[in-house]
Amino acid sequence: MKATTPVQDLTRGVWRENPVLVQLLGLCPTLAVTNTVANSIAMGLATFFVLVGSSFLVSSLKKLIPNEVRISAFILIIATFVTIVDMLLQAIVPDIHKALGAFIALIVVNCIILGRQEAFASRRPVGRAVLDAVGTGAGFMVTLLMMGAFRELLGNGSLLGVRVMPVAFEPWVIMILPPGGFFTLGFILLGFGWWKSREEEKPKLRRWPHGVVSSNKADEVAA
Amino acid sequence: MSPDDRQSHGAALPVRKDVPAARLVATLAIAGGLAGMLIVSVFQWAQPRILHHQAEVLRDAITEVLGNPDHYQTLFVIDGRLTPDLAAGADSTDFERVWQGFNAEGRPVGFALLGEEPGFQDVIRLIFGYDADSRQLLGMKVLESKETPGLGDRINKDSSFVGGFAGAAAPIRGVKKNSGTGAPEEVDMITGATISSRAVIGIINHRLEQLGPLIEQYRAEEVR
Repeated sequence: MKATTPVQDLTRGVWRENPVLVQLLGLCPTLAVTNTVANSIAMGLATFFVLVGSSFLVSSLKKLIPNEVRISAFILIIATFVTIVDMLLQAIVPDIHKALGAFIALIVVNCIILGRQEAFASRRPVGRAVLDAVGTGAGFMVTLLMMGAFRELLGNGSLLGVRVMPVAFEPWVIMILPPGGFFTLGFILLGFGWWKSREEEKPKLRRWPHGVVSSNKADEVAA
Repeated sequence: MSPDDRQSHGAALPVRKDVPAARLVATLAIAGGLAGMLIVSVFQWAQPRILHHQAEVLRDAITEVLGNPDHYQTLFVIDGRLTPDLAAGADSTDFERVWQGFNAEGRPVGFALLGEEPGFQDVIRLIFGYDADSRQLLGMKVLESKETPGLGDRINKDSSFVGGFAGAAAPIRGVKKNSGTGAPEEVDMITGATISSRAVIGIINHRLEQLGPLIEQYRAEEVR
């Protein structure tokens, strides 16, 4: 594994190694609950909270957890956080809880979370683990928001429940039904792949990390 | 991770194989116990709020389908008849409940009844108001449904469907939109959501068949 800086740990998950768009993890909630922006935000926040909490605990307790039972211990920690989120949502925002239904409980088996524990939090310092969780959680939320905005806009003509499309616009009901989720994810993945392939074709110079002076600038300094 | 870390990690692996089974069990048991305690404490905080909210939703629904009555009383279905009195110590949620609304002068305006039956995807739960004097419905509100978004879920909020129940004569009959004869028992169904619409109408008629006689009996006793 390459050594990474804290900033890289934080930003990597948001876009360049986005859990959904690059790693294709967590597709079940991505497809199922993104039919409105409000649902996307709630699902994103719930997953974010569980991910950050679990990464923090797993990283803090990594010395105490024997290797043989680590997966069981991770699942136990994740399930505890999910149960708490489930009850909190039901107590605080019952309408959202009703809309998300069984998908809150299914955060337990979201492989983004277990994956980050096994691959990162269980072998890194607490600070880095939390940074990584924040980045990955944010990346998941960004993807859900893109899906939710696109689907609600076309499927219901509104954003966050407020109608924004002209009256003449006939909502494409299919976009808020399950097939709409697949269409939207397909288009977003297509766009992302196109952006990525263009990025890779760009000249190497422009992809240098911050702080490295490009050859042009070096010339200027020399002059 | 520095190269040193990795080496110590690698060296530690053979030692880890010798972890006694008792320690593995103890680790998971302690972790499970702690997790359980944490969940119980959150549950104790959340449960009253969840129940409070559910009661609030039900109260709002009763008020809505009875057309904003001044107050209402809860009646329980006990031994095949309606009664406002519950035996001491009995849990009010153990019995089927019906609510009777009154206007400001204390005159009864009607009854609110709960009903549930399968719709297109899952059980539809609804509440409706029924005026036993004129044998008309006062209103209908869906409490729970998982009908198809955009089609079946219009039974929740489509005003031309939901509004059609107020004033309809029981037992009601669903008709295709704009093809009714104007008879008082007709309710316009939703185009594209025939099964969901029929389910709603079925629930109301079946509940009135079951509880209608009880309501009549209760009213007769009340007059006496």
